[in-house]
Amino acid sequence: MNWLAVTLMVIGGLFLAISSIGLLRLPDFYTRAHAVGKAETLGSMLVLIGLAVHNGADLTSLKILLILGVIFITNPTATHALMRSAFRSGVAIWKNNNAADK
Amino acid sequence: MERFFIGFALFVALLFGASLYRIAAGPTVFDRTIGAGLIGTNAVLLLVLIGVLYRRVDMFVDLALTYALLNFIGIVALAKFFERSRETDR
Repeated sequence: MNWLAVTLMVIGGLFLAISSIGLLRLPDFYTRAHAVGKAETLGSMLVLIGLAVHNGADLTSLKILLILGVIFITNPTATHALMRSAFRSGVAIWKNNNAADK
Repeated sequence: MERFFIGFALFVALLFGASLYRIAAGPTVFDRTIGAGLIGTNAVLLLVLIGVLYRRVDMFVDLALTYALLNFIGIVALAKFFERSRETDR
């Protein structure tokens, strides 16, 4: 049971790191929002499942799974609302200027 | 197991640095907002981890749930506010 929790949390931490690196490195607002909206959601869900497995069958684990459901619904929704607002405000879309394959 | 949780909490806290850099250097206001949202989601995980470390998960889980809901409301409110203010500028 312990090793299952550790494995889930390590994989989730990997996804969290990918999300933060994407927020740092990607060239555009929309690509950054793409990194945050998907990798961050999956990483936090894996970490929370690992914590619930470590906690055992309990009311607290049920509340942790409730947090998981809230993050699963609200994190992509917030990212989508922010991206829609940015698109309507006219934030420029990144274009690859030095494409070698032409 | 205790040492693993301390290391994982330090790792999640280290990820705040990327979001703080994006908040400081983001070209548009939406980059800053999405950096703040990433900090909020990581803070929820960090709250549950702190609860596991202090053996008070039953209390910290409620704080984390409240924090997740307030984070969502704040980001959606910021998105609506900045969109409307940009449109009235033009």
